[in-house]
Amino acid sequence: MSAARTPGVGTIYRWELRKLRSQKRTYLGLGAAALVPIIFAVAVAAQPGGGPEDVPFGRYIHSTGLAIPLVLLLFGSIWLFPLITALVAGDIVAAEDHNGTLKTILTRSVERGQIFIAKMLAAFSYAALAILVTGTVATVAGVIVSGFHPITSLSGTQVSASHGLGLVAASLGVYLLPIIAVACIGLLFSTLFRNSAAAIVGTLMFSLLLQLLTIIPGLGGLQPYLLSTQFNAWQGFLRTPVDWEPIVRATWVCAFYAIPSLVAGMIVFLRRDVAGG
Amino acid sequence: MTDAPPVEVRGLVKTYGEITAVDHVDLTVRRGDVFGYLGPNGAGKTTSLRMMLGLIRPTAGTVRVFGRDPQLSVRALEGVAGFVEAPRFYPYLDGRTNLRLLAALDGDDAPRRIDEVLEVVELTDRGGDKVGGYSHGMRQRLGLAAALLRRPKLLLLDEPATGLDPGGMRDMRRLIRRLADDGITVLLSSHLLAEVEELCNRVAIVRKGRIVYEGELEDLRRTAGVSYRLRTVDDERARRVCAAQPGIESTDGAGTGVITFQPADDQALAQLSLALTEAGALILELAPRSATLEDLFFELTEGDGDRELAAAHVDAAARIVEEAPS
Ligand SMILES: Nc1ncnc2c1ncn2[C@@H]1O[C@H](COP(=O)(O)OP(=O)(O)O)[C@@H](O)[C@H]1O
Ligand SMILES: [Mg+2]
Repeated sequence: MSAARTPGVGTIYRWELRKLRSQKRTYLGLGAAALVPIIFAVAVAAQPGGGPEDVPFGRYIHSTGLAIPLVLLLFGSIWLFPLITALVAGDIVAAEDHNGTLKTILTRSVERGQIFIAKMLAAFSYAALAILVTGTVATVAGVIVSGFHPITSLSGTQVSASHGLGLVAASLGVYLLPIIAVACIGLLFSTLFRNSAAAIVGTLMFSLLLQLLTIIPGLGGLQPYLLSTQFNAWQGFLRTPVDWEPIVRATWVCAFYAIPSLVAGMIVFLRRDVAGG
Repeated sequence: MTDAPPVEVRGLVKTYGEITAVDHVDLTVRRGDVFGYLGPNGAGKTTSLRMMLGLIRPTAGTVRVFGRDPQLSVRALEGVAGFVEAPRFYPYLDGRTNLRLLAALDGDDAPRRIDEVLEVVELTDRGGDKVGGYSHGMRQRLGLAAALLRRPKLLLLDEPATGLDPGGMRDMRRLIRRLADDGITVLLSSHLLAEVEELCNRVAIVRKGRIVYEGELEDLRRTAGVSYRLRTVDDERARRVCAAQPGIESTDGAGTGVITFQPADDQALAQLSLALTEAGALILELAPRSATLEDLFFELTEGDGDRELAAAHVDAAARIVEEAPS
């Protein structure tokens, strides 16, 4: 008997990306990720006076382009980036249900677990790409509109433009933590609901409902442990010296959301009956 | 590989709430069989095939393909391919890309066989078109191509010809015949007796999740026997003659003017015609009814009051007792 070469997660992952490349919704999310910073930069250029004074870095958007990606990270955390992430993560299993293709791929030579992991990696990759696109476009557009100038940190000290650029990059990296947690929740709901619209809406509802929890008297103390709070962890980088406390907290709080979601999603995926299609 | 049979199912049960879709099914497909899994819609054929492919978990019982359990690992599906219900693909990818994807998930040298299998199912020209625009028949053929990528020793096909136009049906059956002639063991579900008669050497007839017959198609055909319809000038007298005649089993009630009976052999039939003539019940019509196997099939799968007759037929059949090779 020949020793069969069985394919690994890498192969499945590459084909998951290939599928994403062939679907319109992929470009919907990436398009939004590119378009929003351009619109924002154009708006900044069109209104030389004003700016969102009430958010951190809002008052610097005219003095340095580096403030623009940072303000976008703040605005985008409420629903834009969670939505872009959920758009793919919530769809990546449910779409197979919708097309009836689970039975097609589950009767080849790859285990269910491998498929789930490949899908997870594809959803992460997409979310990371979306953040990278926004960050890059926002920085470039920002520099064009407001110039490549030093930025004032949250502690009030001046940071050189090139160092500031490094901090923006680091901020994008930390921003990925809650994004990946959202992707994990999206993946769980996608597996559970078998319907992409329900999974996408469910993922957004989940993070909104968590925020509502803190309105309940006595539960305000939960604030630091909410997923939404972790979207601000990057601000630790924009203090001098760097405040690692929110960044470290974001790491484990996000893991606290991500890992159980992944484990639950994996168990459901491994055990479920594939009877549709 | 081992000499375990391609498919061995024992005590298989699948329930959905109140519904028992598959009810204690035992069946064995032997190497080289073209095995017909025959039953009306809703009999539990697809559900059984899903369990053989490891897509759903049995409520009870076991499935072994070449001695391995598809619930434990897809490694059990090595050398096994097929589809349940209509084969499904990514509509936004073209046919060839769908096959490339599936070949990548098969590993080994499957990617090198894509052109060959497209040729076999005559889709070479349409391989570049998006599957979303394929007709049902083209998808069905693409499904078979996808199965052949795995160079299967066992093909599990769920009503492969259903929904095709007559030409497509004929082509699909020819193709299956050819694959079987090449030595591939085939388990084919169908709700059409004619299809199973045309393609299969062995058959399991399933009714409401239960196997009501399993064995050689030839045995079933023999059991069903050939029945004749008889019309004479004197109904009453003819009936008496039939009842008295050795080797004639009359199965008809009175009043219709037509008697249906089964002769033990040609000799008995010849004797009957003579006896009828001698008794003055001159024959107006004496013709074999070709639909007997069909009758038996309907009795087995649909009959309610008439179950005893069907059961008697089945009991009479030399039921093949499967000895599981160890
Ligand atoms: N996923 C499911 N959920 C609930 N009932 C099901 C499911 N799949 C099949 N059934 C029921 O099980 C029975 C057998 O169905 P099926 O295996 O599709 O029959 P067949 O393929 O012989 O037409 C039917 O009554 C069907 O309604
Ligand atoms: Mg069916």
